[in-house]
Amino acid sequence: MSLHGRDVISIRDLSREEIEELLTSARKMVPYAEGTKVMHPLENKIVAMAFFEPSTRTRLSFEAAVQRLGGSCVTIADAGASSMRKGESLYDTIRMLSGYGEAIVIRHPNEGAARLAARASDRPVINAGDGAGQHPTQTLLDLATMQESFDTLTGLRVVLLGDLKYGRTVHSLAHALAVFGSEIVLTSPASLGLPDEVVERLEHMGAKVSVEPDLHKAVRDSDVLYVTRIQKERFTDESDYRKVAGSYRIDADVLKEAKPRLIVMHPLPRAGEISPEVDSTPHAVYFRQAFLAVPVRMALLNAVLGGTKKGG
Amino acid sequence: MVRGLKITPIKNGTVIDHIASGLALDVLRIINIQSLDKDSTVSVAIRVRSGKLGWKDIVKVENMELSPRKVNAIALITPQATISIIRDFKVQEKRSVDLPDRIVGVLKCPNPNCITNQPEPVESEFEVTQRRPVVLTCSYCERRVESFLNHLA
Repeated sequence: MSLHGRDVISIRDLSREEIEELLTSARKMVPYAEGTKVMHPLENKIVAMAFFEPSTRTRLSFEAAVQRLGGSCVTIADAGASSMRKGESLYDTIRMLSGYGEAIVIRHPNEGAARLAARASDRPVINAGDGAGQHPTQTLLDLATMQESFDTLTGLRVVLLGDLKYGRTVHSLAHALAVFGSEIVLTSPASLGLPDEVVERLEHMGAKVSVEPDLHKAVRDSDVLYVTRIQKERFTDESDYRKVAGSYRIDADVLKEAKPRLIVMHPLPRAGEISPEVDSTPHAVYFRQAFLAVPVRMALLNAVLGGTKKGG
Repeated sequence: MVRGLKITPIKNGTVIDHIASGLALDVLRIINIQSLDKDSTVSVAIRVRSGKLGWKDIVKVENMELSPRKVNAIALITPQATISIIRDFKVQEKRSVDLPDRIVGVLKCPNPNCITNQPEPVESEFEVTQRRPVVLTCSYCERRVESFLNHLA
């Protein structure tokens, strides 16, 4: 099924085949994302960026992707400066924006906002993160990073580390790993574990899921260590936070027993979870991961904007 | 001993029978009796013997037929309930309450950060993702809901 003119709100909106096609296309986009080759499939097309909460890398990588494809952007980068501040509903703002461009990329602090935007717009809507909800393009670039390192997404042993309860990237990624048949190892403080309903859903999909609170044991025999930020505001007692944050810090000692090919990933920004000494090791791929946001978003925009109207 | 009817028959209206014992007052809340005609009699029987359920509650309302939304709300809290439409003292229609695949405007999403709980021109919407027991998933924020009494809109 073609992605032309479709909304992309949740990673669940994409089939395994569609994800594979996007990853293949993203690989081909790398030299275009680097600027060593040039293509302009979005020439004369405008993408409306509706960013209702602060975001640096997501917005900039989307804008870079549009421009590398020869398109241009109109951007709401600060909700405070938009008419939402005057009380305009998201629904009306999106109806209006859908007249200004061929597609809308939305980031919003409320869960479900992207789904509402998709209903308000007659142009395709791409979700760039809604509250603690979905962030499908982050998952796609996470998968692209793993695939670039291992040439497969099947049979990998992936440790998800950190805040697995509230971290929005983790739930979508776990879903995608289950789709591709990789093993999932959960390492987190007890209070920030993956919610039971998510674990049940993954197991129902046939995924092998295990819990390993000991970071050293989890890292041994694993292929991917996916680190997320543990947010201070999730703890009522600051000393609890420091204890937990300290026990999950990735440094040379943690990686001592790792496989030589283990990759360390992080959606960034990091806040001390990964020691800078890891940056110079072959394990560190998080800056590569941040770069891959551009070719992945190029691949998606190119696939979606091939059609002009929603459902077209 | 004189045996009388605990609830008198009604000429026109609706009888909601086989309500799970103890939930009659919640059914009344869904019906919103304040919105009825002042001369509509509402009869409530709580803890009535039932062959099927052991104990049940019954609600009878004169001069009222339930909207599909109210039927959906009743189906969520007491799925075994039956609804009879009475016209001229006769049962015109008797049916069980059935949940549709999609439930619109009946429940508030329990996720306070869901876009449907913001001042937007949008109604709450849930998909029925499991039927026994009922589990709903918000069509917007994907929050799962398994208990409904406290979230009726």
